[in-house]
Order: sequence, then structure tokens, then C-alpha cells
Amino acid sequence: MTSSVLDDLKKSQILELLEQGKRVDGRALDEPREISIETNAIPKANGSARVRLGETEVICGVKIQPDRPFPDMGDKGIFICTAELLPLSHPTVETGPPGPDVIELARVVDRGIRESHMIDVSQLVIEKNKSVVGVFADNVVVDYDGNLFDACSYAATAALLSSKTPKWNWVDDTPTLVEGEETPVPIATIPVSVTMAKIGNHIIVDPNGDEWASMDSRITITTDSDGNICALQKGGSDGFSQDDINRCGEISIHVGAKIREKLKQAQMVGQ
Amino acid sequence: MGGRDATMVLLDENGIRCDGRKVNEPRRIMIKAGGLKNADGSAYIEFGDNKILVGVFGPRDVHPKHMSNTDTGILRVRYHMEPFSVGERKNPAPSRREIEISKVIKEALEPAVMLDKFPRTAVDVFIEVLQADGGTRCAALSAASVALADAGIPMRDMVAACAAGKVADTIVLDVNNEEDQAGQADMPIGYMPNLEKITLLQLDGVLTPEEYTKCVQVGVDGCKIVYDIQKKALQDKYFGNGGD
Repeated sequence: MTSSVLDDLKKSQILELLEQGKRVDGRALDEPREISIETNAIPKANGSARVRLGETEVICGVKIQPDRPFPDMGDKGIFICTAELLPLSHPTVETGPPGPDVIELARVVDRGIRESHMIDVSQLVIEKNKSVVGVFADNVVVDYDGNLFDACSYAATAALLSSKTPKWNWVDDTPTLVEGEETPVPIATIPVSVTMAKIGNHIIVDPNGDEWASMDSRITITTDSDGNICALQKGGSDGFSQDDINRCGEISIHVGAKIREKLKQAQMVGQ
Repeated sequence: MGGRDATMVLLDENGIRCDGRKVNEPRRIMIKAGGLKNADGSAYIEFGDNKILVGVFGPRDVHPKHMSNTDTGILRVRYHMEPFSVGERKNPAPSRREIEISKVIKEALEPAVMLDKFPRTAVDVFIEVLQADGGTRCAALSAASVALADAGIPMRDMVAACAAGKVADTIVLDVNNEEDQAGQADMPIGYMPNLEKITLLQLDGVLTPEEYTKCVQVGVDGCKIVYDIQKKALQDKYFGNGGD
């Protein structure tokens, strides 16, 4: 999403408003956009969620199936989270292999959930060293208005919270499905990612599309249910002061706690 | 990745780590500015057992042309690991990990390089990891800064980089490969000491809010140690007798 004269004008307007402590859409600096979460949006998936963060919209489907374990991890199941921008999400998105931006997006979303140890993979073993349960959370972005990091993270988390895993037994050296036995995916904590943009000397939570195009740098921090910080990624072409970094940590904990409640609510509604 | 030794003691009762270092002690760091004939600037770094070579070209014409920007120069970074750099042979094609690291290193260097002085041109930074042993992105970033300075490209500051992390419930400087595999958290930091700006920051692993603040502080202090070694590398080449 390349810069243009229009983006420069928008940026000066955004910056001017921020000098007065205001944002283009009237939010407080540490206020995320409205989040709506619809779980079980794709019944054929083992779990799913359709999440709107303002005008950004992401659908995540979870598929759960037997898989071979990684060679050095025979006593652990597999968790993989991906993210993809669909060509219908924005006029500048093209088909073809993902570029560095999308690769970073997918890896940061995966890392936040993985490092929080949300999924207890030790409970996802069918036969040690031979067969384990693989949990695949695939995000697709269907509409773009900034901050895909958080939208994808919330969609994946909500989808995982709503997921039920089938049961397989090890029979004749193959994983065999046990009909009619489904249990929730073992969940240890609820990770919440909070992305902040730095524009001028201002730090804002959950930048929308225009703010995203105007930012100097960004930081995505994931916290867990205990209020610990478990993953972080700085991006963008400018730096942060050490004070900024400490403040962003605090913001991510208190904003994250509120969003965690919303994810829990969505899970209860889904059940 | 390397095998995990279950009996290994990460931190003994005297506060000594598995490779004999103290908590706030980085591995042995050696940086040499220059060394490549054809590159406009280059640097070689040994950071513990990491061995990394960096070559810089530019400012030069941009190919493909549509990538050029009429307002500013562009920075392009390729971080690449040799197939023989790790325990099991690595596929030489760039992995998703390498593409992400290329991007974060590029964004860590951009605030330091005065690209606006060279519109329509590109500065290319090629990072080749010859041997990897944990913390390659920090070592690569530190060497890339020296290579850019060696190329004579105007800079606001050099980016120095070092990781901090949590090992055996203790915040330590410069996490090595064993500690990364068995440890609890790893936080690579890139920092411009003169401008007091953090330009690379990542974290994986769980930290309490207090540990988080301390980890950033320990990492920044480590970057200052690296910074002195970077400056010395340039002094040795241009003012010392180690020059070529």
C-alpha cells in the first residue's frame, strides 16, 4: 500500500489531530476499535470465528487432524497458525506467493499464540513418536482497514476457543477415528495481542487503515491471562525510546485484559 | 536445531552460565571492517560461534526500476544462511524465517541511514551467515551497521544489537544457542546509543512486567558494549595499523 499525495495529506491531518490529543475516528489514544466476534461461522471446520475489528474483517477456520510429530517432539502435538490476504480484501492485493509483509504477519500471529502456550500440545498425542494431533488455524483477511496483526490474532484465538477436537485411537499402526467423541481443545491461557503505532511522538492503540499508512513505527505485544508479556515484534522504519517500550508494555497489559473478556464472552455465547 | 542435553546446568549456584559466562557478559565479539574487494563496504563479525559476512553496495541504480522512489533512496536487505551453517543441512532457498529477519533488519537499519540524500537509488545489504549459533540476527545487524559505515554512506548513528533473555528464571545478556533452546525467553534488541532509540525489538517467551522492563535494560546495556567494538573496528581500519 504505497504512499501517495493523498496519504501525505492524511498523515498531516492525523498528526495535527494527535497534537490535540484526538484521533481521526474520535477514539481515545489507547482505545481499540469495536470488536465483533462470531464463533462457529464455518460449521465444517472444527472451530471457527469471523472477527471484525472496525472495518477490518478476518475469518479463521481451525482444522484438526492426525499428523506425524516433528522428529524431536514426539511427545507433543502440532499447532500451526497461518494468515493470508485475499485479493478481494484490498485493491492493491495481488494473487501469488506472499510478500515479506504477509510472511511477517503470519509469523507474528503464530508466535504470539504459540509462545503464550495457549494450546497444551502435550495433551495432543495419539501414539508417542508416531502420531499426534495437528491443530491448524488458518486466517484469511477478507476486508482491510489496518491492524491485521490483532484482527488475525483475535480470530485465531476465538476460533481455537470454540474448537472441538475429535478423538483418535492407535489401532493397527494407524490413527483411527472414534465416532461421536469430541472434546474442547486443551486451552491453558488466552493470549491477546495489542498493536500500537507511533506517529510523531504519539502512541496509539489499534491503528486503522489511514493511521497504519501514516505511522512511523509499530509494536505488537502479546500478553497472557496472567498479565505476563509473551511475545513482541517491532516493525516500521523508525525507533522507540526505552520509555516508549516500557509504556507500550503497560498499555498492552491493560488494553489486553479488556479484550480478553470479550474473547471469553464470545466463547460462552458460542457454547 | 541442536539436541537438548537434559543434564546441562544453565546457571550454577555461583551465577555462571553453561558456557562459563557471567549473567551480564556477552560472548566473545570480534568485528573487522572491510575485507571484501568488490563490495563498496563490508564487515565480518564473529559473535561467539556465529560467523557472518556482510557486503554493502550502493547507493546505486535500482533494478527493477519500478522499485525506485523519487523522494528517497531505498534500503534492501537480504539475510541468508549457508546450507552448511547449521547442524543439519539447510535448504539454500530463502525460508520464511529468513524473509522475516531480512525485513526486521531492514527496518532496524532504516532509521540510521540517511537515504533521503540519495533519491532514486538503492543501498543493498547482503548478509551471509557462514556459521550460526544463536543470536544471528543481532550479530548480523551489528555487522551490517559497520559495513554501511565502511561503504561511506551517511548515517545518523550505528545500530548495535544484542539479545537479552530469561534463563533459569534469571535475566541474562546475549542468549546463546543452548540457552535459547532450553531457556524461557529471548529478546533481540537493536539500539542506536547516540540517539537512544530502539530500532529492532522482538520477544518470544513469557516475562512478567518487571522482567520485561529489566530485560530491555540489560539488552540496551549489552548493545552499548557491542557499539564500542563496532567503533573500534572502524578505527582499526581507518586510523590504526590493522587497516588494509
